[in-house]
Amino acid sequence: MVLSRFLDNRNRLGMLFMLPAAAILLIFLTYPLGLGVWLGFTDTKVGRSGEWIGIENYEWLWTDSVFALSIFNTFLYTVVASVIKFGLGLWLALLLNKHIPFKSFVRAIVLLPFIVPTVLSAIAFWWLYDAQFSIISWVLVELGLIDQYINFLGEPNLARASTIAANTWRGVPFVAICLLAGLQTIPPSLYEAASIDGASPFQQFRHVTLPMLSPIIAVVMTFSVLFTFTDFQLIWVLTRGGPINATHLMATLSFQRAIPGGALGEGAAIATAMIPFLLAAILFSYFGLQRRRWQQGGSDK
Amino acid sequence: MASVELRQVRKSFGTTEVVHGVDVSIIDREFVVLVGPSGCGKSTLLRMIAGLEEITSGEIRIGDRLVNNVPPKQRDIAMVFQNYALYPHMTVSDNMAFSMKLAGTDKREIAERVDKAAKILGLTEYLDRYPRQLSGGQRQRVAMGRAIVRNPQVFLFDEPLSNLDAQLRVQMRIEIKELHQRLQTTSIYVTHDQIEAMSMADKIVVMNGGNVEQIGSPLELYDNPDNLFVAGFIGSPAMNFLPGTLVASGNGRGVRLADGCVLPAPSTSAPDGREVVLGVRPEHFEIGQSCVEAEVVVVEPTGADTQVFCRIAGTNVSAISRERHVFRPRDRIHLKPMDGKTYLFDPASGRRLQ
Repeated sequence: MVLSRFLDNRNRLGMLFMLPAAAILLIFLTYPLGLGVWLGFTDTKVGRSGEWIGIENYEWLWTDSVFALSIFNTFLYTVVASVIKFGLGLWLALLLNKHIPFKSFVRAIVLLPFIVPTVLSAIAFWWLYDAQFSIISWVLVELGLIDQYINFLGEPNLARASTIAANTWRGVPFVAICLLAGLQTIPPSLYEAASIDGASPFQQFRHVTLPMLSPIIAVVMTFSVLFTFTDFQLIWVLTRGGPINATHLMATLSFQRAIPGGALGEGAAIATAMIPFLLAAILFSYFGLQRRRWQQGGSDK
Repeated sequence: MASVELRQVRKSFGTTEVVHGVDVSIIDREFVVLVGPSGCGKSTLLRMIAGLEEITSGEIRIGDRLVNNVPPKQRDIAMVFQNYALYPHMTVSDNMAFSMKLAGTDKREIAERVDKAAKILGLTEYLDRYPRQLSGGQRQRVAMGRAIVRNPQVFLFDEPLSNLDAQLRVQMRIEIKELHQRLQTTSIYVTHDQIEAMSMADKIVVMNGGNVEQIGSPLELYDNPDNLFVAGFIGSPAMNFLPGTLVASGNGRGVRLADGCVLPAPSTSAPDGREVVLGVRPEHFEIGQSCVEAEVVVVEPTGADTQVFCRIAGTNVSAISRERHVFRPRDRIHLKPMDGKTYLFDPASGRRLQ
């Protein structure tokens, strides 16, 4: 009786329904995140609970050239890979939006790199890039274009380019399929109106497609940047951050210092140092994602 | 302004032909309405004139120029779409200015022409709004503004009023007609609504199943339909069709219905005994005059007139009268077709029998 009266209140009932989701968020997201941040302020090592040392870890990292290099690498990796992913993804989406034979089949195939577990595709790339068995090198040698096998993962800049290429291969489908979905929401009559208004195909792209697609581009590229910034598996399988730390990202450096290196506190500090950058990316997208003036008010009908 | 000439125009999608050799000539400054039920090929025909669909065979000329292979932007036409196709990310004035901006028109002239069009259409205070912030009728006007700023040779309208509510539709119908009287630009207008066609057109092209059934002015089509389709399509409420047999009756001819009663028929060269369909418009039945007996089914008083639905020899028939008759269902009433206002059709081919 009392219980049913209690449940009659829609606010109380709403809270009750929200409880399971809130509990999951608290236990699996907030707690580990809080623990990680807290660890960053201690000198915990594997097998030894640490003491609170304030910002000593961060002071130490501030002067650490490897940490500085990892920040540089992360930005290089994120910016270059995201730009290429956007370009290729948009191009692929425009192609897939045309009438092509076996349309749905081709669209399904495009998603493949995204479906394959990262570790699997990373291992495949590892073979492609292998110093002795690389099929890329073999083909180029057979074609007579080069006479020595390329050491893809052995030279700093080559290794950076190779990992970026692998990340791009994996990330393009996501961008392409999302943008394709966006393209399909643009009514065909807009293109017909534009072609009667005298717009060339490029002008139609510039004045109709791009502005209509911009809200979706903002969402997709935010996600793409976040995924790339926090990438770990691909690098760890391909290079483990080598050669001479040339491909160490913040995520891989954090893991390396914390788990194999045993310095849990320092690793946690590196991971925590990623948060401001990620927050900045989210804020950027928050303002980028706000409905544009032309999307406000009224309805579409 | 220009004339438009269609000669044996055909369109196939894959192996299915949807427009079967259409001939229409449209005189300069004429307002022509293509009307027909959905799927009759009228929109396809309009899109071929616009250049949005390829022409499978035949010729389309705008002015003296053969435009079969001319891209839409070089045809000097403007089109108003059913869903308006306004660019949602541009303001009203940018929407109207878009084509001129692409053409590299002088900025001052663009502003002048947009202002002028906005004034004609009553859009001046909405120029800075986005399409989403406008009502349906206002969007419709912007779509027309986008067409008239360019001062094209031909306006094409693709069911422009079908997204509006009934009241607004009547109002916009009048505005479009007024606009045409003012600008005198050759216009081709597609609709499935025969009232729109009747009220706006100088010339109506009635289409059915990819063929032209009849071309003529609204009153020609109303007074002299060539066949059953046009007779049934033009006019509202639709013409009544009574199947029967041609007989001699008194000093003229008559049509004997299934129950044996005979209605007067127009003079015809067809022989007695022939199966025919007699067509009578609802407004051409005189109620109360003794000729044929009918059983009342439903009465609809609309104020201005009274529409009576009844049954003659098992066929549903409607009659309209300006008088306020008070009938009850199952009442038996007398109907008489007015002299010279009936039509005979061949039931098999649908052709009019004269």
